[in-house]
Amino acid sequence: MAAIVSIKNLHKKFGTFTALAGISLDVAEGEVVCIIGPSGSGKSTLIRCINLLETYDYPGQVIVDGIIVERGRGLAAVRAEVGMVFQSFNLFPHMTVRKNIMLAPMRVRGESVATADAMATDLLQKVGIEEQADKYPAQLSGGQQQRVAIARALAMKPRVMLFDEPTSSLDPEVVGEVLEVMRDLAKSGVTMIVVTHEMGFARQVADRVIFMDEGQVIESGSPAEIFDHAKEQRTRDFLSAVLEH
Amino acid sequence: MSFVETFFNWDVFVSSFPLLLSGLRITLLLGVVSIIAGLVSGLFIALIRIYGARPLGIVAKVYTDIFRSIPILVLLIVVYYALPFVGLRLSPFMSAAVALTLVSGAYTAEIFRAGIEAIPSGQFEASQALGLGYRHMMVDVILPQAVRIVIPPLTNNCINVIKDTALASVVAMPDLLKQATQAQALEANPTPLIVAALMYVAILWPLVILVGRLEKSFRRGDR
Repeated sequence: MAAIVSIKNLHKKFGTFTALAGISLDVAEGEVVCIIGPSGSGKSTLIRCINLLETYDYPGQVIVDGIIVERGRGLAAVRAEVGMVFQSFNLFPHMTVRKNIMLAPMRVRGESVATADAMATDLLQKVGIEEQADKYPAQLSGGQQQRVAIARALAMKPRVMLFDEPTSSLDPEVVGEVLEVMRDLAKSGVTMIVVTHEMGFARQVADRVIFMDEGQVIESGSPAEIFDHAKEQRTRDFLSAVLEH
Repeated sequence: MSFVETFFNWDVFVSSFPLLLSGLRITLLLGVVSIIAGLVSGLFIALIRIYGARPLGIVAKVYTDIFRSIPILVLLIVVYYALPFVGLRLSPFMSAAVALTLVSGAYTAEIFRAGIEAIPSGQFEASQALGLGYRHMMVDVILPQAVRIVIPPLTNNCINVIKDTALASVVAMPDLLKQATQAQALEANPTPLIVAALMYVAILWPLVILVGRLEKSFRRGDR
């Protein structure tokens, strides 16, 4: 199967701190990959390198849909194919929910107002908040805002969706509604790379789970292989620490 | 002499009013020129400070620091009385405009810088992640938010500049205050001063109210 995202020997240093110490990873079309690991392990840095929100060091390469991700003319085109959902939503506060979703399809894809508007209505229905279309982000709950953010990313019809700890800043009672939307997405065949602390979600939804620590992939495999039969001591220690409470 | 005859003397008012109006015209002209020049130079300095090469950024910072520390009256007197010694002789109006612009530019630069830097990095990242180019990112996402932040303090700065135009009367510029003090000496009656004070308030009060309204309306819908 052809890889839609191909990461080769990725390194990244922040000053003297090594965030990524040689990561290689291929993600196939339609695959759902969950990345778990302790904080500071480089998970977020890794997925932020995929659309170059973070630059990576030489040598190393990220290829999305056959295009090398690097500074220059091609970058915006690659970014348009990679949707991203952030921990802190990052909705545009001065636009209504509907405008948030319509902006990029109109500006980047050149869609007409009518097309973008119809798409927004459709996507808001999909994430279950069509009645909030004309409100501003500040008027919504965290869970609703994150669902808008997912709809906004989907409006670009991306080949890959990146999720950077999408539920970490949500109140516990609304985490479920966001995971539900992500579960539906996974079922519909969207390629997803998810950095998460939600072990239940990773176990149920992921095709492959990757455990990272200190900027390296320690272990990767099916959910059962990682959660029930981890080979590495570090993986077992991490899982017993997070699953205990 | 009664209170009304002293401070609100009708005859004095009528005879000094044309003089006061001509002073008001100069005050407003000086204010508008200094505000516009200050806005342009301030935006320029802020952009240099944020996006310029490092040495230029330092120059911009030193500029804003110095001209926010110096009293405008001191600067004005230096420009008017000291510069002629190096052969640079400016008219009272030019001296006042230069002094006010230098200071207003420094404050304006700080306001613009704060406005742009107040936009969370997540707004830039979300725009980039969606594939928006630099121009669309700035025009559709960043600047509309920065303008909301910047307009109330900018309006405040305008108020200060117009108030500070009164300092120009010390270099013999025939602005509102100068005309009022002259009329007062001429008529031996303080009515022109009272009228001048009321004129300042009449111009600036609406702006003060506007700032309050803007701050309130921009706070809504935000966050």
